[in-house]
Amino acid sequence: MVKMIEIRFHGRGGQGAVTAARLLAEAAFLEGKYCQAFPFFGAERRGAPVVAFARIDEKPIRVRTQIYTPDHVVVLDPTLLGVVNVSEGLKRDGILILNTREVPRGLKAKRIVTVDATSIAIEKIGVPITNMAMLGAYVKATEMVNLESVLKVIRSYFKERVAERNVAAVRAAYEKSREMG
Amino acid sequence: MRRVLNGNEAAAMAAKLARVQVISAYPITPQTVVVETLAKFVADGELDAEFVKVESEHSALSVCLGASATGARAFTATSSQGLMLMSEILYVVSGMRLPIVMTNANRSLSAPLSIWNDQQDSMAVRDSGWVQLYCENNQEILDSVLQAFRLAEQVFLPVMVCYDGYILSHTVEPVDVPEQDEVDSFLPPYSPKFKLDPEHPITMGAVGVPEVYQEFRYQQHEATELAKKKLVEVDEEFGKRFGRKYGMMEEYRTDDADIILLTMGSLAGTIKEVVDRWRGRGEKVGLVKLRLYRPFPAEELAEVLMGAKAVGVVEKDISMGWVGALYTDVVAAFANVKRRPLFLDFVMGLGGRDVKFSDLDEVIEITSGAASSGEVGKVLHWIGLDVEKVR
Repeated sequence: MVKMIEIRFHGRGGQGAVTAARLLAEAAFLEGKYCQAFPFFGAERRGAPVVAFARIDEKPIRVRTQIYTPDHVVVLDPTLLGVVNVSEGLKRDGILILNTREVPRGLKAKRIVTVDATSIAIEKIGVPITNMAMLGAYVKATEMVNLESVLKVIRSYFKERVAERNVAAVRAAYEKSREMG
Repeated sequence: MRRVLNGNEAAAMAAKLARVQVISAYPITPQTVVVETLAKFVADGELDAEFVKVESEHSALSVCLGASATGARAFTATSSQGLMLMSEILYVVSGMRLPIVMTNANRSLSAPLSIWNDQQDSMAVRDSGWVQLYCENNQEILDSVLQAFRLAEQVFLPVMVCYDGYILSHTVEPVDVPEQDEVDSFLPPYSPKFKLDPEHPITMGAVGVPEVYQEFRYQQHEATELAKKKLVEVDEEFGKRFGRKYGMMEEYRTDDADIILLTMGSLAGTIKEVVDRWRGRGEKVGLVKLRLYRPFPAEELAEVLMGAKAVGVVEKDISMGWVGALYTDVVAAFANVKRRPLFLDFVMGLGGRDVKFSDLDEVIEITSGAASSGEVGKVLHWIGLDVEKVR
C-alpha cells in the first residue's frame, strides 16, 4: 500500500454501515496500519440512505474532509442502486462492491464485485442486516486486510453468540462474492 | 495501550484515568457518548465516582461547582445549547476559582437548529474566565483532558477542552491510552487548601461589595495570565512522561513562510495536508495551530506570525456585524507591533458544512494575492457560501 485508501459505505439507517466502517478501520489497526472511520454527518433515520467513510494508510491520517473520490465503494442495500449515485467520484481504478442478486447495469468501475448479502444475512444472522456479509465481500475483493483480522475484531466487538453469527455471515460472503466480467 | 477510539470515548477515557470523583452531565448531541461511557464506567465499578443525574446543563455545572468546592475532582461535558444554558454558572465557577474540567464537543448554535459542527458555542463564552484548549485529533483530546486537570488545580481555574463535534466526536482513530499508574504519577489527587468542610466551616462565593469586587477580578485575570506559563510547564512534564506535547500553539512549516494560516481545532489536520501540497509547488505556506485560546498567547503568536507577509485566519465562528472572533484577537495582538503582516479573515464550515481542499486552496490564493499586491482589499471572506441561496 503506497497511498492512503479511502472507502465509502452506502446503506440504509439500521443496516450497520457505520459499524462496518469502524470494524474495517479496527481490523487495519490490528495489522499495524493507521485508520479513521466516521459517519456522514447527516440527520440519520432508520431506513433512510446513509453514508459512512473509512481511511486506511501506512502513516498517520491528518485529513478530516468527507471522502469525495473513494478508492472503494461498498453498497449494503440493493434498493439504493436506483436511488443514489453510488459510483460518484469513484477513482478510475476503483472497486465497487455491491449487495445485489441481479447483474447491475449502468455502473462504471474498473472492478465490480457482487454478493447476495441480504440472503446471507437472513440465513446466518436471522435479520437483513448486511454489514457483516459486505465486510466479507469487501475483504475478498480488496485484500486490504486479512479475513482473520476482521473476525478477530468482530469477536472483540460483539458478545459470543452474536459474534459467531456475524463471523458466519462474513465467511459466507467471502466465499460467495463474485467479480463481474 | 493503543486503541481505536472516537473523540467522545477519548474524552471519557481521560476523565476515568484522571480518577474524577464527581461527574454531572446532561446528554446532548454530539457529546452524548461521553456521558454514556462515563455512566457505564461508574455502573460497572471501573470508576469510583458519583454520577449525579440532573435535568439540565445548568444543574450539571451547578452540581460540579458544589462538588469542586468540597474538594472533589469534578468533570462535566456538554455542547452547543447545553453550554449556553450553563453560561450563568460558567462565570460563577471561574469567579470561585474552582478547577472543574469540562469537555465541549463544538456544535453550532440555534437558530436555525443545527446539531452539526462549528465553534460558535465555545467562542461565545470566551470571556467567562475558563481556560480554553482546542484539539486537533482524538489523541489530543485525551492528553488535553489530563493536562487540563493538572493545570486547573495549579492555578485554580476551570478548563474547557474543546473538540469539533462529529469531525472528532464521531470519528474513530488510533489513540494511545496511557496506563493508570503513569497517569497517577502525573496527576496527584486534588487536595485544595480551602474547601467546604463542616468540621472547618468557611464561606465561599459570597457577595463582592464594591470595595473588593475589582480586586477579585484582577486576581482572576492575573491567574489566567499565569495559566500560559503553567500550561507550558504542565505540557513539558507531560511530554517527558508520555512522549507527546502540544504547547500553546503548533507551528507547521512556518519558518520561511510568506503566507501563514491560523486556525483552531480539527481543521489544522486538513490544512497541514494542503500546506504540504502548496509547498510541493514551491509556495512558502505554513500553518499555526492555536491550541490555547484563553488565556490568549498574544506575544507568542505575534512572534511567530510577524515574519509572514500575510496571515489568513481560518475560523468557524462569526461575531455578527464584525468579523470572526479569532481575527479580532490576533489583530489586537499586533496593535503595538511595528512589523506586522496583512491580516485576512476566512469564515467557513458553519453549521457542519464540510471544509474541502478546494476551500482551503481558495483561502491560500486570496491570502497570497494580498501578500503579493500588498493590499488586503476585503477583510472578511465567507468560504464555501452558496451565493445562489443568498440572492
